[in-house]
Amino acid sequence: MTAPATNNNQRSVDASIKPVLRLEGITKRFPGVVALNNVSFDVRAGEVHALLGENGAGKSTLMKCLAGKHQAEEGSIVLEGQKVSFSDPMEAKQHGIVLIHQELSLVSDLTVAENIFLGSLPLKWPNRVDWKKLRSDTDKILSRLQCTFRADDLVGDLSIAKKQMVEIARALVFTPKIVVFDEPTASLTDHEKPVLFNVINSLREHGVGIVYISHRMDEIFALSQRITVLRDGEYNGTVDTAQTNEDEVTKLMIGRSLELDHSSKPTEFKENVLEVRNLSVEGVFKDISFNVRNGEIVGMYGLVGAGRSEIAETIFGLRRPSAGEILLEGESVTVKSPHDAVARGIALVPESRKEQGLVLGLNCRDNITLSTLGSVSSLGVMSPKKELEIYEKYQRELKIKTPGWAQKVGNLSGGNQQKIVIGKWLTTHPKLLILDEPTRGIDVGSKAEIHALIKDLAKSGYAVLVISSEMPEVLGVSNRVIAMYSGQITAEFNADTVTEDELVQAITGQHKPASGTPLHAAGV
Amino acid sequence: MVNVKNISKVFGGIQPIWLFVIAITVFFSFMSEYFLTTGNFMNILVQTSTIGLIALGMTYVMINGNIDLSVGAILALSAALAVDLQSYGLPVALFAAISAGILLGALNGLIVWKTGVNSFIVTLGAMIGIRGLVFIYTKEQSFYASDFAFSDFGISTIASIPTLGVIFLVCCLIMHLVLTKTGHGRNTFAVGGNREAAADAGIRVGRHMLINFMIVGFFAALAGITLATQMGAATPNLGRDYELWTITAVVLGGTKLAGGFGSITGTLGGVLAIGILRNGMNLMQVPAFYVLVILGAILIAVLIIDQKVNRKSGQEVNV
Ligand SMILES: Nc1ncnc2c1ncn2[C@@H]1O[C@H](COP(=O)(O)OP(=O)(O)OP(=O)(O)O)[C@@H](O)[C@H]1O
Ligand SMILES: [Mg+2]
Repeated sequence: MTAPATNNNQRSVDASIKPVLRLEGITKRFPGVVALNNVSFDVRAGEVHALLGENGAGKSTLMKCLAGKHQAEEGSIVLEGQKVSFSDPMEAKQHGIVLIHQELSLVSDLTVAENIFLGSLPLKWPNRVDWKKLRSDTDKILSRLQCTFRADDLVGDLSIAKKQMVEIARALVFTPKIVVFDEPTASLTDHEKPVLFNVINSLREHGVGIVYISHRMDEIFALSQRITVLRDGEYNGTVDTAQTNEDEVTKLMIGRSLELDHSSKPTEFKENVLEVRNLSVEGVFKDISFNVRNGEIVGMYGLVGAGRSEIAETIFGLRRPSAGEILLEGESVTVKSPHDAVARGIALVPESRKEQGLVLGLNCRDNITLSTLGSVSSLGVMSPKKELEIYEKYQRELKIKTPGWAQKVGNLSGGNQQKIVIGKWLTTHPKLLILDEPTRGIDVGSKAEIHALIKDLAKSGYAVLVISSEMPEVLGVSNRVIAMYSGQITAEFNADTVTEDELVQAITGQHKPASGTPLHAAGV
Repeated sequence: MVNVKNISKVFGGIQPIWLFVIAITVFFSFMSEYFLTTGNFMNILVQTSTIGLIALGMTYVMINGNIDLSVGAILALSAALAVDLQSYGLPVALFAAISAGILLGALNGLIVWKTGVNSFIVTLGAMIGIRGLVFIYTKEQSFYASDFAFSDFGISTIASIPTLGVIFLVCCLIMHLVLTKTGHGRNTFAVGGNREAAADAGIRVGRHMLINFMIVGFFAALAGITLATQMGAATPNLGRDYELWTITAVVLGGTKLAGGFGSITGTLGGVLAIGILRNGMNLMQVPAFYVLVILGAILIAVLIIDQKVNRKSGQEVNV
């Protein structure tokens, strides 16, 4: 198969296999956007059907229409040969359709068990919660997912990766017919992913139909049997995974081959912007020393929970170090608060955009100018014109897809939300830019753009620290890579010469620290 | 790490408000010889039962992420009905009073559910409107109980404990069990903690909110009746400011204003704290206006401490 099949006859090659679920001609509009235009999609029992498309293509919206969260204006849902329509998520669930949301949808004041069984608590007569069953069922699910936290832990105390696992655990509450995973791996590391993939495969073997949304091609090719591509809210073809390749799928997705990120890495480093000496936070990380120079990109690689984000938070004034010092441009400083950090020219793009990076109720423009209100206002009165100029500049540079500046950020697609956060921090013109998982949930095209952007920023003189759990990303953008394991730096590598094996060993604690010579000391 | 966890568990086990209740009990015992007597404690129990009953329902509504400002007005209306309709027999009067409370609660709940307007606004309107109804209904007159059984009830005792106190404690127990053990109780937390997540998970958010508004309506009506039995009368101004005292007690008890967190045990502590402070300062002959100043200051102080404690446990980081 060379050209992607776009007409119906060709598409249903395997007409013998009847789909359990068919979405036909779904159209969904939001004020100012046609999110879906006449989209059809089907899922067979026992298959993983990947759904692909750029940020804002309408993947999540399509699945929300399926799961009763949105109601499509046109089109129909056919489940096991019968036309159904769901007025709320409860009805969809009762029909065996489970949606694992892209944005975490958890209640932080409740326990893990209550969150997993949210909306389906086991009850005894007359309305009593069956705690024993709840706990034992939860324990079963947690052990199946190899989770280290317990049923009684408060969800609010868990790290993002663990929260993500709680979200995923919901798929196992009862045997559903259809499970939709909307970017389930966005906050998981390579460590937790195999567990998820095992779960998906075992669901599939039990005849469950699975929809898998992700921007990571490797996952899609490893897991799926078929791939459907959406583009700008329209159906753009379905292909058998076995008969296609990444390039073809990318072309379907963005209408051209992916321009490889040809921009070169920065090469000229000047003096230290940031230097960290023996920094520790009790019980979180220990004895951290590294530096970032003008025009340099340093990658920080490790498993979730290795303490990378916490280091960033400490530099940004969100945590008090218990020992060690932070030097900015050679001067020892105490960063008292994020406000102080911004004033000193530090910017932190946090890892969880919804919880830390955005005011979801505000519009795009106001979010972008949030950190820089001082420069768009005079005597405390904001200038809408200047605000708009700034917004338009970053909207253009980052290619943020929105119907207009007045759109609420909460209504944007996940990837576009992330771009807004990055844009917001660029407006503060920092000297040191710390990016924590900068391309989580961002489509391949925009990812390349953001990588190029990061390099350009470094070349224009910013010092950049990139925290990432994706090996290609750290290797692709950074000059040096710092590997972390369990709260400590295990090694430092030159990103252009290190091998994948060396990196994996370093972040799983198998590295011999003796060979980890500080490269910056050696003048690399 | 283990140590830190244990310590926070010990603190989590005893709610801060109960430490406060113990502290002021000890304090007033030293300040007044009348304070630490059974008779005085029965007094406190009866005095707090009115606010206490409403606070039980308010706890549900607030955990649910809403608020009800109309409880004082509902209390007045129910008290007026319970006293005025006694000519048709006590059962009719009580039935009418309770029904009025539940119906008005349902009305609040339905408007909040169906229109999505903030409950603060909806019940603020209800508060003003229902108070108006009370004045129309009573023609600005006070009613006096005609059935002696009614006023006798207010001073009766069960096993030498005031009946009103027993009713309050039994209601506490039931409401505690419902909140912690039932699906409705747990879903109330879920909706208050993250309404969107709850809806996404298939919880019928609106229904739970409606039920909770009906519950608080019921308790406001019940409190109206018990208050009227104590006075043998109903006045149109009955229950003014009660919504504020109720909310104060609930918040003192550790329930989050934003919803998603709280408990009946905490609310009981909050109600008792206010009752003990008033009673104790009364015994010490602190002038009434100073009592208000002190209560206000204590409310803010307790919340500041509470937030400090909560922050600390929240900062605990898992590696
Ligand atoms: N509630 C809403 N109100 C208004 N517009 C919305 C709403 N939800 C989604 N949209 C718009 O619909 C379009 C499709 O969004 P959707 O979230 O489905 O994209 P997506 O394919 O899931 O993207 P991503 O990969 O970034 O998650 C976007 O343009 C988005 O801004
Ligand atoms: Mg999406």
